[in-house]
Formats: sequence, C-alpha cells, structure tokens
Amino acid sequence: MSTTIETLEAMERPPVSMGSRLEGELLEVSMGPQHPSTHGVFRMNVALEGEIVRELKPVFGYLHRNHEKIGESASYLGSMPYTDRLDYFCSMTNNWAYALSVEKLAGIEVPERAEYLRIILAELTRLQNHVSLLGFLLNDMGAWGTPLMYAFREREKILDLFESLSGSRMMCDYMRFGGCRVDASPEWLARARKTVDVFPRFVDELEQLIVGNEVVIARTQNVGKVSAELAISAGITGPMLRACGVNYDVRKVDGYGFYPRFKFRIPLGEHGDTYDRLMMRVLEMRESVGILKQAFEQVPAGPIINPKVKIRAFRPPIGEAYGRIEAPKGELGFYLISDGGPNPYRYRVRPPSFINLTILEDMCLGHTVADVMVILGSIDIVMGEVDR
Amino acid sequence: MIGAGILKGMAVTARNFVGSYFDEERLITVQYPEERNPLPENYRNFPFLVYDGGDPHAGLRCVACKICEKECPPQCIYIVKSEDKKPDYIGKPQFYPKVFDIDISVCMSCQICVEVCPFEAIKMDKDFELSRRERFDALLMRKDELAKSNDYYHRISPTDAAEVDAKLAAAAEAAAKKKAATPAAEKPATAAAQSKS
Repeated sequence: MSTTIETLEAMERPPVSMGSRLEGELLEVSMGPQHPSTHGVFRMNVALEGEIVRELKPVFGYLHRNHEKIGESASYLGSMPYTDRLDYFCSMTNNWAYALSVEKLAGIEVPERAEYLRIILAELTRLQNHVSLLGFLLNDMGAWGTPLMYAFREREKILDLFESLSGSRMMCDYMRFGGCRVDASPEWLARARKTVDVFPRFVDELEQLIVGNEVVIARTQNVGKVSAELAISAGITGPMLRACGVNYDVRKVDGYGFYPRFKFRIPLGEHGDTYDRLMMRVLEMRESVGILKQAFEQVPAGPIINPKVKIRAFRPPIGEAYGRIEAPKGELGFYLISDGGPNPYRYRVRPPSFINLTILEDMCLGHTVADVMVILGSIDIVMGEVDR
Repeated sequence: MIGAGILKGMAVTARNFVGSYFDEERLITVQYPEERNPLPENYRNFPFLVYDGGDPHAGLRCVACKICEKECPPQCIYIVKSEDKKPDYIGKPQFYPKVFDIDISVCMSCQICVEVCPFEAIKMDKDFELSRRERFDALLMRKDELAKSNDYYHRISPTDAAEVDAKLAAAAEAAAKKKAATPAAEKPATAAAQSKS
C-alpha cells in the first residue's frame, strides 16, 4: 500500500484551466468564515461550475491564538489549562495527551487508580464527542435542530459528570503530571456507571433515526470517498482513517495507559465515504460503552497522584518526548523538548482535526456545494484545534 | 420500501416527544432564572481571597508572597506587597497585599493559583452571574471585592473548607506547641480559635 507523490499527482482531477475562469464558466465563492456549517471560523474558497465543486482552497487561521508559542513561555503546568482550549469538546483527552508527554519527558509513574480514571474520562469524552458530532452532521444535512437536541441532551449528562468531578463542564483542567487533580468519589462512580448503562438506549435510538433513513443514505453514501492510500499518505488518523478500512488505532498500536488490559474491538469501514465515517462513530460509541463497563468493574482504590511530582518549580530533565493518544478525532500528540528549564524549549501539538482537514479538497471535488457541508461535517473538526 | 427509514425516524421523534412528559431522562432542562439545578461541590468559577474572623483587612490570609501572580498562566493577578506587617492566624507577623487585583475578563478559572498557594488564602468561587454594565473597570476585581469570609467559603464548599480549617488548626497548634517551649505563648491560642470560625 505504498503511495508516492507521483501516484497522488496521477490521480484523476478535473482540469481547471485559466480559460474557463476568464470566460466566466467558473464561479468563485468564498464560503465562510462566518458560515453555520463550518463549526467555527473556517473559510473555503470554492470554484464552482454550476453546482459542482472544481476547486477548493481551505483558509485557516481565523482562530489562531499562538498556542504553541505561549506553551514555550508558560511553565509546564501553566500549559495544562491551555490544552483544554485546543479541542474544546474533548478537554479530558487533550489533558491526557499533554500529561502523557510530560510524564514521558520526566519519567513519571502514574498510580493505578489515576490510570483507570483517565481511561474512564477519555471514553466518556469519546462518547460525548461522537454524540455531538452526529448531531451536528445531521444538522448540516438539513435535519435542523431535533437530532442535535437529542444529542446534546445525552452530551449534557456526561458534561454534568465532568462538572461534578473537575468543576467545569468543558474546560476541565483535570489531569496533572503523575495523576489526576481530584479523586472520584464512590457516588460519582455510581452516577457515571448509571449514565453509561442507559447510554446504549440512546445509541439505539440514534441508529434508528439515521441508519435506514433514505435521506441520510442519499446524502452520505458515495459522498466524499477517500481511498486508503490517500488517507495513509496524508497522515489521516482516527475514525476517518478506519472508515477507509485501515486498522490503526493508537489505543491498540501504542497501548498507552492501561488500554492493553481492556477487551475492545476496533470498528472498520469499507468504502471510506461519509456514511462509513458516520457509522464508525456509532460503532465506536458502543465499544466505548464496553470499555467503560470494564473500567468501572476494575477501578482499584488507592492514591490518584504521584506525590513525588512537584507542583511548583517543575523542571524535567533535558530531553525530548512525544506522547500520543487516540483522541476522539484521531491521533493527538504533544512533542516537547526540554532544556532543563521551567518551561519547554519547544512545544508542538499534532492536532488530528488539522491534519484530517488537509484532504478536504480531494474529498469534495466533483460533488455539489451542499455535499461540501456534509463532508466537512463528517471530518469532525474543531477550529480551536485546527488553528491553535 | 422507500420511506420506511423515515417513518422509523419519525417514531423515534414521537417517542421522544411523548416521553419528555413522563421520562425524567428525556427532559433534563430547567427554566433557568426561576428554577436552578444545584451546583456540584467541585464547581469552580473565579478565585476569591479568604479572610478569617470579621475584618477583611485584619483576617486576610494572603501574605503577598506573589507565587500565584507568578504561576498564573494568563497573568491576570496583580499584587503589591505592603511595607509594614500584620499578625497572621498563628500570630506571626506577615506582609499583606496592599493591592490585590484579579482581572476576571482575563482569568480562565484554571485553579492553578489555588493549587500553588501555600497559605490556603485563595479559593475558587461559585458565583457565576457576573454580568456588568461597564467593559473595563467593572471586571477588574479589587482586593475589597475579592475578600470573602471563611463563613462564605464554608457555605459554598463545606467539605474543602472543613479540610482547610483542620489543616490550619493543626498548623496553629504545632506553632503554639513550639512557642510554648519558649516563653510568651498567649497570642496563638486566640488566633487559632479565630481561624475555626
């Protein structure tokens, strides 16, 4: 499955000549940055022939706020609350990825209970991210409001859990180097277990709502197809890659945390179209529910944070580390270089939604403008992470 | 049959609509200003300063060590240290903040100031209805707005406050014992009693 640049270039593309542009056959439209379906401030310069997309240039940077540079001047701990703001739907997984890379950098052990809590929170994050994605996707397809409200209702229950544990619904700032900040009480665990137990009922309903629906099928099947070769060569990760049938999940490949102790399957797609990407989320939610149930069974008592880690004046040894996790949107990694000082020398984020967005043009060519919305929605982007 | 999927979806919608009258799981919203969901105990909003006893100036736990100012990621805290000293809860003379400002339009409620404070002086508030009519000064909280009593802290987060009080009382006791070894140990006992209020 090796793909070189030549094969990519040889892939079929409709010719766009300067002539057709000058003669007015192509219409250039600037979609966004203020567009309800771009999930934030994202612009696409689209060249249209009738309704068909012939060219698409994404324009990023409207939400750029210097995250990486701030990370170089803030202390190691000081960057933790900023990571919440990357992908503001999944602050728990962002925290985990950052904590993981600092732990790698400084060689910090994490207590067992903290690892279990992290897995519980990461899987809850996956549930609420996928739920809201499906709601938004249906919204983009024209099912205004109703499915999104159902999705948000379920998401709210999970956010309530986050709030009662960490103090904030979305900006959790929960993980610390070597553990977690607050211990989960038995009542919290019981509540979380109850929420997870009734969650599959909602997944069933959502599936009924979308799976057989003729409109959804017409709008999504064979729309925005990605081949496995293209996805691999462009560095796509997460549900989008697995929808093309590539079995790659960092939870299995890297086995970070205690994931090797859990039994779960990786759902795989076949066609790499929008419908597969949609179904990938439904199936992943079911797997996450399974992981959560195992985690609630196994979670041990004990400390939640490594007492050796200093809160103030934390200085990891000289070196570099790349920690990565399977965030709901794909592989989220933090690359840190330490020069022994209180703040990192280099702080780099590998955001999944930014890299998944890079093949937007390949997915959209030849489809209509209305399909662009659906394709963009199925990539699952959050502009806070794309622009950083 | 074409349309079967849509009918199935309609059935889900109908189930949700009817269910929202009977099933608490399906109707979780409240009519906000009149009805309120109770806040969880861990809920956090912007920070405030704790003082013991009745006088916000005399009882302020903050000793202007400026650690929070240094550690605050968005740098929203501004402190000016006093020149003179006043006794703290164990009677030890300490500096106090002459100026203590938090710009809550910059603050991101990350709780790092609370974690790094060695004196249990700054804690997270639960007051979230903070709309103001002015854009600038109204969102810059001064020392007298930030200072809130230990009673208030007990009211908003009883478990944490009780833990903090126990910790401070133990510290005061240890200090008193240490002082009892040397002469002149009247003051600490009263101060320790005060901190329990």
